[in-house]
Amino acid sequence: MKSLFISLKIFLFFTVVTGVIYPLFVTGIAQIAMPAKANGSLILKNNKIIGSELIGQRFDSVIYFSSRPSAISYNPLPSGGSNFGLTNTKLKNSVDTLKKQFIVFNQLDSNTTIPSEMVFASASGLDPHISQKAALFQVDRIARARNLSPDNKQRIIQCVKTITEAPQFLLLGEERVNVLVLNLELDKIDVNATKN
Amino acid sequence: MTIQDFIQIILFFTLLIGLTPILGNFMYKVFTGSKHFMLPAFGWLERLTYKSSGINPDEETNWKSYTFNLLMFNLVGFIFVFLIQLFQAQLPLNPANLPNVSWHSAFNTSVSFMTNTNWQGYAGETTLSYFVQMIGLAVQNFVSAATGIAVLLALVRGLARKTTDQLGNFWTDLTRSTLHVLLPLSILFAVVLVGQGVVQNFKTYDTVQTLQGATQVIPQGPAASQIAIKQLGTNGGGFFNANSAHPFENPTPFSNLLELLAILLIPAALTYTYGKMVGSTRQGWTIFAAMLILLVVGLSISLYAEYSTNPIFGKLPLMEGKETRFGITNSVLWSTSTSAASNGSVNAMHDSLSPLAGMVAMINLMLGEVIFGGVGAGLYGMVIFVILTVFIAGLMVGRTPEYLGKKIQKFEVQMAIIAVLAPNIVILLFAAWASVSSPGLSSLNNAGPHGLSEILYAFSSAAGNNGSAFAGLNANTVFYNLTLGFGMLIGRFGIIVPVLAIAGSMAGKKITPSSAGTFHTDNWLFIGLLIAVILIVGGLTHFPALSLGPIVEHLQMNNGITF
Repeated sequence: MKSLFISLKIFLFFTVVTGVIYPLFVTGIAQIAMPAKANGSLILKNNKIIGSELIGQRFDSVIYFSSRPSAISYNPLPSGGSNFGLTNTKLKNSVDTLKKQFIVFNQLDSNTTIPSEMVFASASGLDPHISQKAALFQVDRIARARNLSPDNKQRIIQCVKTITEAPQFLLLGEERVNVLVLNLELDKIDVNATKN
Repeated sequence: MTIQDFIQIILFFTLLIGLTPILGNFMYKVFTGSKHFMLPAFGWLERLTYKSSGINPDEETNWKSYTFNLLMFNLVGFIFVFLIQLFQAQLPLNPANLPNVSWHSAFNTSVSFMTNTNWQGYAGETTLSYFVQMIGLAVQNFVSAATGIAVLLALVRGLARKTTDQLGNFWTDLTRSTLHVLLPLSILFAVVLVGQGVVQNFKTYDTVQTLQGATQVIPQGPAASQIAIKQLGTNGGGFFNANSAHPFENPTPFSNLLELLAILLIPAALTYTYGKMVGSTRQGWTIFAAMLILLVVGLSISLYAEYSTNPIFGKLPLMEGKETRFGITNSVLWSTSTSAASNGSVNAMHDSLSPLAGMVAMINLMLGEVIFGGVGAGLYGMVIFVILTVFIAGLMVGRTPEYLGKKIQKFEVQMAIIAVLAPNIVILLFAAWASVSSPGLSSLNNAGPHGLSEILYAFSSAAGNNGSAFAGLNANTVFYNLTLGFGMLIGRFGIIVPVLAIAGSMAGKKITPSSAGTFHTDNWLFIGLLIAVILIVGGLTHFPALSLGPIVEHLQMNNGITF
């Protein structure tokens, strides 16, 4: 019985320390020192939240850079991947379809090697990034769709390059472009953007 | 692979090896009650724990009382987490208005977090309230890890002491591990994670209009505090469903490196602590070396498999279930580490790994989670294999087996065999049951040999208290919630109780001074023998099942066959 009472008391104590005080303490520091990050790195446009810099959005419109395929269509409730094994026929078919779609959608040469992240679904289904190569493949199509002047098209290419993040500290992870951030910049360059 | 890939891998291992003696030495001071630099900050909290709970920190117990206290404490935690899930709709901090959890899912989840498995049959953001995540799960993240350390400490005392039956005080070990090791590291780590973009708030979920005009609900919550401990405590249970692949759990390559390091940090450092406590750091480094070799071999096979081409996808890099910011190398480094360390968090979907990389993860689970393994658990599991190795080596040369000057006799070998068999029985019998019954098969997401792999992985993960999954398997069913739940219990306590029994028996023995005839357990020969025993036990037990799952899948993939 003594063991049970000690168990109950120490469990209660640790619940207060590690289950209440610890998360509140961390929340306190986070909210005071880094509120934007602690609250989800949200992006405002005209005083309205249009998303989070970290959470990918679905882009399939012809006037925007497309994001990666997502097993959950960028609906974060709940997050997740396709969980298809490599020998799953559904995965093979999906890759073939996405390859064709990407080529047709961007009017590319049919032998183009498509960056693999554009035909494979991400792990979280919310991957906010694509490779720089995948972004550059889409510039022509967007320029046509938006009727951009050659000048503005050059600015967009420049913009893709500016927004490209190098591996962190030039070492960690992969080079990548944040699609939402890029599309926001795109709208700024092409101020007369028509919402679809 | 590029040079940058290799540099990242080398950097990771350098940090791991470099931090092992630093943290290991600190933990030695904590666990032996010596002075250390955390005492001014957390010493008062330790004394308050003893005072408020009525514990005499200097009182020691024998192995039976130690075990009883441990089981009682775990039972209390299990019941609490079970109940708050059943009534979460009536409890506070539930801004998403999530309903009460089903009884079988609540059973599975509370077993899972109590046993340091953190298998998740549910999706966090659509199932559990902030209250359950914080008050229930985060607490178990701490205390289940501390329980693992406590078992290890009892075992070490059993080996290091002589002719006594006293193994220490479970409450003291639990308290010191939690307050001086896990809590300060978690606070530091959580704050750094927020700096990288991990969320930490109590807001309701944000509903936003996307740039394209669609509606997106962005989940929020006190994630950073929970992720810090889930990585450090080899728990691995994600705040969000996608775990450390979710951009809110693991936003940048730097957060990825730190989380990766946190997976292996404490299990690795404990080998040094172990060495100090048994009086020879060489003994600790020997075990560390065996673990490291097994990890590097597994990593090499996985990298080879992931960077190979195959007839189905040609030269296309295999990015299915992987995140752009991490790429293939960081995903594979993670899958190997998390399965080796019984952590079970993922930053890529293991179900979509190439067959051989998936198999390496599975083998890591099947070998008994001893390649660094869980906090405390990996090392006590490894000591079981050390005992077996010493025993087998003793048989080969016809000498009484000894470890650290203590005779290994019938009782220890019997207990060691129980500890080795318990998880393997779960894997083989339960997986066999699931693969021939309709409730087992109806949950599959993939056909052909990969379907068998999904089942095999699930039970290996439960038995090894790992918690990662081939997540296509729909495990939130009565069948899987119950079988996996019992699998986790057997895999946890089927090892802990025999280990503590060994500790009790070893403590009572005399220490024979080392002589010219002593079989040394701190050299390369022993490392080789130890690895061989681990591989033979794991290999012989699981090779038939593996050959029907990932191995045949690999061969079929290379012939372009899909299912």
